[in-house]
Amino acid sequence: MSRLIFFVKEALRALRRNGAPTLAAIVTTVVTVVLLGVLIPVFQTAQGKSEEIRDELNVQVELYADATKGEIAALREELVAVPHVSRVEFISKGQALNELKETLGAEKSRELLAQLKENPLPRSFRVTPDDPANLPGIEAAIITTGPNGKETKISPIVADIFDRESATQQIEQVTSALKIILTVITALLVLASLMLVGNTIRLSIYTRRREVEVMRLVGATRWFVRWPFMIEGVIVGFVGGVLAILILWLGKITVVDPLSDSIGLVRAQENVGFPTLVAILFAASILVSTIGSGVTLRRFLRV
Amino acid sequence: MARSKKNKQRDPEPSPEQSGTRPRRAPIIELNEATKVYPGGHMALDRVSLAIGRGEFVFLVGPTGCGKSTLIKMLIRELPATGGTVKIAGRDIGAMPDKKIPLLRRNIGTVFQDFKLLPNRTVYDNVAYALQVIGASRAEIREQVPATLRLVGLSTKLNSYPDQLSGGEQQRVSVARAFVNHPPLVLADEPSGNLDPVTSIGIMQLLYRINKTGTTVVVVTHDREMVDNMRRRVVELYEGRVVRDEVSGGYTEESTTEFGLRMRAEMGVGQQDEEQTNGHDHERLF
Repeated sequence: MSRLIFFVKEALRALRRNGAPTLAAIVTTVVTVVLLGVLIPVFQTAQGKSEEIRDELNVQVELYADATKGEIAALREELVAVPHVSRVEFISKGQALNELKETLGAEKSRELLAQLKENPLPRSFRVTPDDPANLPGIEAAIITTGPNGKETKISPIVADIFDRESATQQIEQVTSALKIILTVITALLVLASLMLVGNTIRLSIYTRRREVEVMRLVGATRWFVRWPFMIEGVIVGFVGGVLAILILWLGKITVVDPLSDSIGLVRAQENVGFPTLVAILFAASILVSTIGSGVTLRRFLRV
Repeated sequence: MARSKKNKQRDPEPSPEQSGTRPRRAPIIELNEATKVYPGGHMALDRVSLAIGRGEFVFLVGPTGCGKSTLIKMLIRELPATGGTVKIAGRDIGAMPDKKIPLLRRNIGTVFQDFKLLPNRTVYDNVAYALQVIGASRAEIREQVPATLRLVGLSTKLNSYPDQLSGGEQQRVSVARAFVNHPPLVLADEPSGNLDPVTSIGIMQLLYRINKTGTTVVVVTHDREMVDNMRRRVVELYEGRVVRDEVSGGYTEESTTEFGLRMRAEMGVGQQDEEQTNGHDHERLF
């Protein structure tokens, strides 16, 4: 215990006596953590948004008007049994009409409905795949067009199927590209900041290599020399983390929160819990700075 | 120089001649054909065999580049020997695992020409550090550090930083750090290399006093006059070989004060009184 106090004292002494390198290390940590703090929500938002769109992708199976209740129930069983189907939802004529009204808006639908005596929309099943990539497979299971142009249907009551095929493909492409780009950018930034922090710490240790040399000559063990530096790293990481989180928090309440009322994409950020983010960043900043010190010291501690 | 009956021209064998008055213990330093070849082929030490018994005061002399510093670095295993063996207190330090090296160094006090003090610590903290390293308790530190600083005559400068001290004072701090945990062996690599003659005598006197407590002291120097006047065992190196190893003059027992007076008289440097050991190594103007 008195050892720990001694090491902490040593670390604090070193931090006081090496103002400039310490400041540099803290600033670097702050920059890194702020970058991470901005990137993680952006990444998550993009991911969340694209998944939201992908979730809407499904195939609509229209039924003939003369299908009986029994046939419909049987078809439902069959659809559920198709591989990769995650949800099968029956849409009655009334529901279909309501959805149409919603899409068109109150005024237009009233105009439209005034000209119709009865509801012309067919009953249908909405089949949602577990993954949008499996949509074509599901469609093939429901209706297959043979080489001679003859269609094989899963059930005689199926009239036709509809999907948003082109939309599906586009979204697939865009989201996978977006994922790759964001992953690469994040990885590069994290790597760059790790090296930056490591370098800053190396610099601050390099200026004290004589000190380390003397410590070794009077018989200090490696860990005896190393502990104060490691604790220094933890303190730098801690201070840097606190400052960065403060900056991020200020940014959140002054920029992001007011905007989130008007822009939907920004609001999606809400699905990243701010406390979780803070915890991650805090752990990251301390970890990076401690590992940075540890690795750099290895070079100076060879006997 | 007359070779006395206690002439210690060494063979590779471990000192059997010590069986006389001294206890039969392994010599504190024992080199057997120790060789150091630097990468690139320069041979710094060429099959050096040497034994130094406990309690001895030995000078290691020779021109620049003769391997003196290499020898000292080998003794604390800052450099490994490339051939032969180096034993400290009977243990082959070449075979010692890296983990044990700090333990070895704690048992050897080392004084350097350039002092190697920690610039951001006070005199007190610099000396205390050597004790903190070995895990000494705070009570021990509080007792030992002021006592040792009193011994080297710096009890008034506890809270000064190294850059506020004169060269002589800094070297005294360095000696205090080397001796604070009372190691059995003190190595001094050119301890007076940067100091004027008066201050040098002060440092030598200090090392002599440490030697009188039973600690083996090895001093590297190229100050011939100093060596001749000290009348202690001298090992001379030349181009990596031991070319002279003898006890010069009478091995008289003298008090530290007598020693200091004689040294000053013989070297013709001023009649400074004993107060010098209390840390006032004035630069005399006339």
